[in-house]
Amino acid sequence: MNYHSRKLLKLNLAPWRMATVGGLLLSGLVLVAGRAFYLQGLNTDYLQGKGDAVANRNLTLPAHRGQVADRHGQLLAISTPVESLWARPAELKLSAEQRAHLARVLGMPASELSKKLTRKSRGEFAVQRPVTPEQAVKIAAMGVPGLHLRREFRRYYPAGEVAAHVVGFTNVDDMGQEGVERAYQDWLAGREGERQIMRDRRGNTIRDLAPIKTAQMGGNLALALDLKIQYLAHRELAAAIAQHKAKGGSVVVLDAKTGEILALANQPIFNPNNRRNYKPGPMRNRAVIDTFEPGSTIKPFVAAAVLERGLFHPNTVIDTPETWRVGNKLVRDVHPHPQMTVSEIIQKSSNVGAVKMAMALTPLQYWEVLHRSGFGQLPGSGFPGETAGRLRDGRAWKPVEHATMAYGYGLSVSLLQLTRAYMAFANDGEVMPLSFLKREPQEIVGERVFSPSVAREVRAMMETVTQEGGTGLRTRVPGYRVAGKTGTAHKLVDGRYASDRYLSSFVGMAPASNPRLIIGVVIDEPSGGVYYGGSVAGPVFAQVMAASLRQLALPPDAPETATRMTLGAPPVVAPAGGGA
Amino acid sequence: MSRLNVFLALALVVCALAVIQAQHRARTYFVELERLKKEARALEEQWGQLQLEQSTWANPARVDTLARTRLGLVAPPQERIHVETLVGAP
Repeated sequence: MNYHSRKLLKLNLAPWRMATVGGLLLSGLVLVAGRAFYLQGLNTDYLQGKGDAVANRNLTLPAHRGQVADRHGQLLAISTPVESLWARPAELKLSAEQRAHLARVLGMPASELSKKLTRKSRGEFAVQRPVTPEQAVKIAAMGVPGLHLRREFRRYYPAGEVAAHVVGFTNVDDMGQEGVERAYQDWLAGREGERQIMRDRRGNTIRDLAPIKTAQMGGNLALALDLKIQYLAHRELAAAIAQHKAKGGSVVVLDAKTGEILALANQPIFNPNNRRNYKPGPMRNRAVIDTFEPGSTIKPFVAAAVLERGLFHPNTVIDTPETWRVGNKLVRDVHPHPQMTVSEIIQKSSNVGAVKMAMALTPLQYWEVLHRSGFGQLPGSGFPGETAGRLRDGRAWKPVEHATMAYGYGLSVSLLQLTRAYMAFANDGEVMPLSFLKREPQEIVGERVFSPSVAREVRAMMETVTQEGGTGLRTRVPGYRVAGKTGTAHKLVDGRYASDRYLSSFVGMAPASNPRLIIGVVIDEPSGGVYYGGSVAGPVFAQVMAASLRQLALPPDAPETATRMTLGAPPVVAPAGGGA
Repeated sequence: MSRLNVFLALALVVCALAVIQAQHRARTYFVELERLKKEARALEEQWGQLQLEQSTWANPARVDTLARTRLGLVAPPQERIHVETLVGAP
């Protein structure tokens, strides 16, 4: 067949139609190609960015805050995740029924919940933080748009108020505010990490886009604190404060060999787990931050100063009239004896005797001993806000000041500082640096303050304080030899010494043959009628010391017979050590 | 010549399939790894909570009260304590 020859079948098209169709198709192709080129070639960055935004995510890897534990690993502070309920008002769709259910789950009155949710707020706000895990499950099951749970870390303090002053606390943003939490903020906090990942449609992570910056987890801390001793100190102090109707008080327990702070308790207390009702007063760590005039607890340093220069021996007899005048100041003894040995001056806490001894030194000589013992200087515990106390330069002392300095007025100390200074007597003249952190014995380098013989002589004198005839009879610990010194100081109120307000203190050590523990106690304004350091602070010392010695399983150094023998017998003055 | 080409084409297809397979396995393992990491985190958190619980139960104040009230324990008086010294010890 030859179609071309048939006339009817002859294609009879105008050439322009071909051109139009061809042109349209071509322009379509150009359009598509152009668009493709535009998208793929020219605008690729923008689109790639959009695509990545859907699939790629930058994650911050949270750094957990480190734990704080005591020396035996008992937890004192730990961060644990909790859920909190947040609302975004713009998206919130909540039926009346759901609202009632939510109020039931949260355990709050429906009216209060409505008030919370209707609050005008642009962004989002916390409805309740934290919620319990059970509540979280129920709320998640409701699936209300605009309500969501958010995971946050919350700091818990299992020991609560018992160790609150040492451990301190953090604020809502997990920043340390007080105590160890603040002092070691950088170490505990760690550093956040970052990770870039690609996700699939279902939200699974399918690959890492960049090397992971791992989060630096917060470091853990092992404190020197012994929670059991800490609890005992806390319990006995609280009991004494209640018994003597005192305003406050502190207890410090030091390891005499290492300078570690085994316990540090204060009254009044606060609960670090309750972030509401914070008052600055109870939060203050009085033992470290507050200063007081030490009163008679300074006298062993006077004795050490005169023994060191060879001016007196422990058995040198000194005339001690009832009163003694220095300038226009009349120094008075509460329990006068016409003559006393140096040892008896310490034992009976004679002001006149102490003044006469101190006046045998030049102001600078006495100042030098106090300065060497750490008064007027930071104790170096690293605790935030620790005080250096006050000790005026010896060159500027007036004679009256020189005299009052002998029985502990005119200078101020913190309890931690005073207890630290007693380490010189406990540790044969050597003071170890203080530490709130647990440490290994070999890494400690001490500082020599007194010669071993002077330290031992003063310690022997302080042992008579707790024996018959001394001021510290109620500081005895059955089975152990105890050395220490009582202090009762009038409080300075509005620039005058109040006749009826006292600070009762006791600093002591045991076992006296080779002291292992030093405990300092101060009670602020006991108002139950008793105010002598030996009667108010002394029993606290004895209780804490007895329990701590038992806790550490230290062998008794005074068999019962020896303790009995000292009863009724004249005070034994034991000049220990050689040389003197 | 053409036989070699066919062989190479086949080899290419096999390799391509192997790449796909390897890629798939890598992703599966990666997802598994992520899941395990998540689990490890959850376990760590649980451990923290258990530690918290343990230390709350072992709180000295609580032990003290329970020992005194429920168990009726008291610290032994001095005369009932007998100190043993090991032979040879100073």
